[in-house]
Amino acid sequence: MPVVYIPALMRDLTGGVERVEVEGATLRQVVNNLDARFPGAKARLCQEDRIRPNVAVAVDGEITRLGMLQTVRPDSEVHFLPAVSGG
Amino acid sequence: MSKKVHVQTRINGEEVEFLCEPRQSLLEVLRDELGLTGSKEGCNNGNCGACNVLLNGRLVNACLVLGVEVQGREVTTIEGIASPEGLHPLQQKFLEHAALQCGVCTPGFIVAARALLDKTPRPTEGQVRHWLAGNLCRCTGYDKIVRAVLDAATVKKGKR
Amino acid sequence: MADVKEFKVVGTRPIRHDGTDKVTGRALYGGDVRMAGMLYGKVLRSPHAHARIKSINIRKALSLPGVRAVVTGKDLPDAADRIAELGEGAVNLKYLGNNCLADDKVLYKGHAVAAVAAVNAHVAEEALSLINVKYEVLPPVLDVREAMKDDAPLLLPELRTTSLGQKGDKPSNVASHFQFKKGDPEKGFREADLIVEREFFTATVHQGYIETHNATAMWNPDGLLTIWCSTQGAFTVRQQASELLNIPVSKIKVVPMEIGGGFGGKIRVYIEPVAALLSRKTGRPVKIVMTRAEVLEGTGPTPGSYIRVKIGANREGRITAAEAYLAYEAGAYPGSPVGAGAMCIFAPYDLENAQVDGYDVVVNKPQTSAYRAPGATNAALAETLIDEIAERLKMDPIDLRLKNAAKEGVRRVDGPVFPRIGCVEVLEATRNHPHYTAPLGGPNRGRGVALGFWFNVGLKSSASASVNADGTVSLVEGSTDIGGSRTTAAMHVAEELGIAAEDVRPVVGDTDSVGYTDVTGGSRVTFATGWACYEAAQDIKRQLCERAARLWEISSDDVTYENGGCVSRSDPSRRITFKELAGKLGDTGGPVVGRASVDPQGVGGAFAANIVDVEVDPDTGKTQVLRFTVVQDAGKAIHPSYVEGQMQGGSVQGIGWALNEEYFYDSKGVMRNASLLDYRMPTCLDLPMIDTVIVEVPNPGHPYGVRGVGEVPIVPPAAAISNAIYHAVGIRMNCLPMSPGKVLEEILKKG
Repeated sequence: MPVVYIPALMRDLTGGVERVEVEGATLRQVVNNLDARFPGAKARLCQEDRIRPNVAVAVDGEITRLGMLQTVRPDSEVHFLPAVSGG
Repeated sequence: MSKKVHVQTRINGEEVEFLCEPRQSLLEVLRDELGLTGSKEGCNNGNCGACNVLLNGRLVNACLVLGVEVQGREVTTIEGIASPEGLHPLQQKFLEHAALQCGVCTPGFIVAARALLDKTPRPTEGQVRHWLAGNLCRCTGYDKIVRAVLDAATVKKGKR
Repeated sequence: MADVKEFKVVGTRPIRHDGTDKVTGRALYGGDVRMAGMLYGKVLRSPHAHARIKSINIRKALSLPGVRAVVTGKDLPDAADRIAELGEGAVNLKYLGNNCLADDKVLYKGHAVAAVAAVNAHVAEEALSLINVKYEVLPPVLDVREAMKDDAPLLLPELRTTSLGQKGDKPSNVASHFQFKKGDPEKGFREADLIVEREFFTATVHQGYIETHNATAMWNPDGLLTIWCSTQGAFTVRQQASELLNIPVSKIKVVPMEIGGGFGGKIRVYIEPVAALLSRKTGRPVKIVMTRAEVLEGTGPTPGSYIRVKIGANREGRITAAEAYLAYEAGAYPGSPVGAGAMCIFAPYDLENAQVDGYDVVVNKPQTSAYRAPGATNAALAETLIDEIAERLKMDPIDLRLKNAAKEGVRRVDGPVFPRIGCVEVLEATRNHPHYTAPLGGPNRGRGVALGFWFNVGLKSSASASVNADGTVSLVEGSTDIGGSRTTAAMHVAEELGIAAEDVRPVVGDTDSVGYTDVTGGSRVTFATGWACYEAAQDIKRQLCERAARLWEISSDDVTYENGGCVSRSDPSRRITFKELAGKLGDTGGPVVGRASVDPQGVGGAFAANIVDVEVDPDTGKTQVLRFTVVQDAGKAIHPSYVEGQMQGGSVQGIGWALNEEYFYDSKGVMRNASLLDYRMPTCLDLPMIDTVIVEVPNPGHPYGVRGVGEVPIVPPAAAISNAIYHAVGIRMNCLPMSPGKVLEEILKKG
């Protein structure tokens, strides 16, 4: 099952838990399932069913540009990070 | 707007005439009146060398010279460095050494280096760095520029 | 992934295709644009760091002979308080627009308030002095820690602190807070035999490109807007202009001229929408070129910052815990790169226990913009603590780093696991370099090392390549060329087709001529645009095989492309070179054009290390750099000369940042050194040669193994120089720049 790494400032929602196994074949499914387990999680990460603009999502270490459409594999890791740009 | 002055001069070996206001710098005249946009404006107050030209053989910042001051004198700009036979060794060596990245400081450097080699045909690294201290480059860190100038100095005169 | 055993073009050093134009002064930069009827624009800027605009009277300015139009913030359509994805990060459009022309408040000295178009630049400037603006001056806040206090003057009344989606309800100058936490830092510190801790203060610095910002806009009567400008991204300019002017992107064409340096500072628009508004009002092309003072005061420098770092290690040299607090000055509007700084600060190390807190804080200074590995240089000052630990444990500084080095499989503090990286290889190459053990005699001389990391990005690129009948290829790609990248792009096509780099003619297209391409920045061009060119070449090869098959009247399954031509698999004596086949395209079905658009995964991060020798003058505090070596992992150096160039250029920017560059503000928030005389960037007289070592640990995610090279070199120099100064005169500087006055002060204190 995919593993979601809970950002430090969201661990109040998960009772301090850092890693959570969450079903889902796409990021949308994972986020929705996460929210079902920990109500309020989606509101932290998303704005109008899209990942918040200043949040980047890394699936298996790669920043995804596909947002909620990103495929997630059964052994994937999902991280939420500040969006980083270059110069 | 004040009355324009008629100026007669020689630029890159050609007789040139133009009209300009007294307040216009040589850099402005070259770029805006004469279409010689090879000399660049980086700071407009003599601190970056991107506008280097030769005035009667002397290296100057065109932003610190008034257009009217070139009356009866000789100006050499970057556009006058190459010849009909081809690139000047400095230009060729800049290309070979990859001594430019964005290229905007390059005209100033080449004119300045030309003035150095005219005066000191085989400069040391220290002399090159001292002479070119008035030319700012933000892209290259100067390493390849200095190497290119030192290499160009080894090319025999007349050899292209 | 290509199975290329030996490269023919990749790794060579062809002369860049645009070289002759650039050394003869013929290349056209944005400032060189000239067209019939063109007017010149100038921008009026706020003299105050913080003020409310009570009124703007433009009557007198409009009636000055030669003036054709005046615009203010009211001429910009109302921007929704909306965030747009601009390809390289999200931007709040209201803030973006307000930064181009202020609405009811000015938030920094230099904030644009109005603009004039006139028959020449001199008249335009005179007109500025006739615009009457009434301000209600407000107290400015000029320091990040002051801005974070509860009683600080507030810049943006609607701003609340966001913590990962949760918005606070108190007005604040703190735009956001985030945190990374891994393991148990408290436990880690308890296990430490040695704890070192320090605060750092860094000043605002500017990217310092030699060419100032420029834009020429022509808003045609048919509603089509064309913008010629020097930009790092024609497509992002188009999108920003579309959003701010409220017109569809299809009505905008952006023509990128040659660009005189960017480093991240020429991504955001400043004068493009203003020139467009003036053009619409006058019906004529309007050109605006910033002065150097405007660039320093009115564009996007990189944040000053306050950073606190604490690191604990056991006596064997293993880091047991690390903690960092980073508060970055975003400038007038939110959006500093504190996130990236927080992600890079401990990235080179394998840490079990760590916590990083980052704060994005607004202050009355220009809105910051990206500057080469944004956020990472400030954070890399943590490397001075690593140096201190090495000294106290009597360990070699590189050995200490090797003992804790990140490698493939290590989990970063921010969460993801590293793929194959070159951290260890870079450290080993540094230790093995002759500079590391060269004798350094003499008083007040010292040697320092430091290590830095940067992510690099991928993003989208497009390319199309047409085969010419004479056996050459015309390549159109969308990455504005700031450092020789069009040649690197061409080399990908040449390598794949088995032809010479000189036989591929690359051109950077405008927004109508090439597919969508993200900015030239983020160390992405060789990686992503190169990849697009690589794929376009694959497309050509496929089509050429079909043509050869047609020529030979065999099945295209029987034809493959290798060694610069097509060959029949079943009868290898049947071959035709690229050049020969190119001449036959007209007879075999028409032109062949290969194209590709990519958004590649597989980005590889990069590490860079420095060895620097300095001599500090104890009477003046001046630091002379005697010798400088930069070791960097490039994955695969496509054109080594330009890779070296990035390493050298980035290092020298880092040296300037370390020793001299700073925005010197007075108590009113006015920059007192807004010229290139007093904003002191390195000259060639300040520097030695910059020695480079390219390490190649191929990035498994890329066909040639490319890792971006442009940004990481600016990350370690400041820390390396700080370490060198310590070893020279026994002082641990904790500020940037380590300018002579500050170093001297510490020398005198030490006595």
